[in-house]
Amino acid sequence: MAVRTVIPFGPQHPVLPEPIHLKLELEDETVVGVTPIIGYIHRGIEKAAEINTFRQNVHITDRICGICSFIHTQTYCQGVEALMNVEVPPRARFLRVFWSELSRTHSHLLWLGLLADALGFESLFMQIWRAREMVLDISEMTAGHRIIQATCIVGGVRRDIDKEMAKEVDKRLLALKEMLDSTIAPALLHDATIKRRAVGKGMLSKEQAELLGAVGPTARGSGVAIDVRQTGYAAFKEVGFEPVVETAGDSYARTIVRAREVYQCVELMRKSLAMMPEGEILVRVDGYPEGEAVSRCEQPRGEVFYYLKGNGTNHLERLKIRTPTFANIPTYLVMLPGCEMADVPIITLSIDPCIACTER
Amino acid sequence: MQMFPTIVKNLFSRPATRRYPFKDIREPFPGYRGKIYFDTNKCDLCGDCARVCPAEAIEVDLENRQIKYYPFRCIYCGTCVETCLQGAITQDEHYSPPNTEKIEELYKIEA
Repeated sequence: MAVRTVIPFGPQHPVLPEPIHLKLELEDETVVGVTPIIGYIHRGIEKAAEINTFRQNVHITDRICGICSFIHTQTYCQGVEALMNVEVPPRARFLRVFWSELSRTHSHLLWLGLLADALGFESLFMQIWRAREMVLDISEMTAGHRIIQATCIVGGVRRDIDKEMAKEVDKRLLALKEMLDSTIAPALLHDATIKRRAVGKGMLSKEQAELLGAVGPTARGSGVAIDVRQTGYAAFKEVGFEPVVETAGDSYARTIVRAREVYQCVELMRKSLAMMPEGEILVRVDGYPEGEAVSRCEQPRGEVFYYLKGNGTNHLERLKIRTPTFANIPTYLVMLPGCEMADVPIITLSIDPCIACTER
Repeated sequence: MQMFPTIVKNLFSRPATRRYPFKDIREPFPGYRGKIYFDTNKCDLCGDCARVCPAEAIEVDLENRQIKYYPFRCIYCGTCVETCLQGAITQDEHYSPPNTEKIEELYKIEA
């Protein structure tokens, strides 16, 4: 007879960059039930956003997530701009596309590295993070900081990218692409070790992904073509965008979605820099936000949702943030039961959990 | 197997890492958001920087005519630099140095 045991997985675990606790019910080595528990890293950012002024909040939302900070700020600024009927200059919209894709490239490369690390594939991990370093250099060059770009503010962006810098960025992006082509992509796409650990593990069918409300690469790995960038916010309409979709629905498909998205990001960045019109990057914003607004953007992990309520003063009455990992955690209930205990780390990692974002 | 050529190549190439902070330090790119400095000759104690600072890293003491700046609270966003109408705040391009204790910097503004 099978022995039933409960094993706590996390909140501290070598593969988890952030604390999430999974209560795993096991029968021998097979997982039969899972209860995800969060609540270890709450920082009270929503409350802090009510206390600070709406302009200071830009820098608070910057720090919700270290990996996709620009997209948080962008979502917040889009919300405030909607409340105050501000039209963002075209050049600023293209620059926002550039930095948001830079964030995404950084995030995906970081995650692909973490996956390789979780598999025990140290040389691939180091190679991917070497490529990530090139992205961080571009970030430092264009925004003045390696991680927190902090270039988006209400009414536009704070920094411009001139022609000379755009040329240099383009050169570096091509170098990044070449590095991906020569070392990283072949390993991710053809290596037998990765395939053996990830193919067929953590299955999530298209119906289940839709039912559980999965977003981002988790949903796209299951064949659901859901991506907020399709709505054409910022300048995605002009730049042109097609979501990357894989249909297998396993951990490997989610990895491939991210790997293909890195290439797509590089193309989107190059396109946005090439198509960027001349002109202003920032408009003056007077007055205070009043009314209610909803703002959505596509983060590396999926759709991020902001609800803003202003009352005509310098402070917001409410700022509600729903991050993509919150929508993706329920998929564990489908992905984990039936798998072996040894596969739990890879499957857990495959949704790219960002718990600090989720708890804010 | 796909990684094998890369691994062999890496065995014979120079290390990708730098021996920070001792050797081969790469200078930050121009425009890096580094340490904040106040120009005591230009400042008129208007307090705009303290009002806009998201981290409350600047305190303006009108009575003693001085500015207190807390580098360990500062998030180096550069908002104060953009806000200052007198152009009294500058941001240089170097990493702020680490310290063993939380310090504050005092700037006396002459009348």
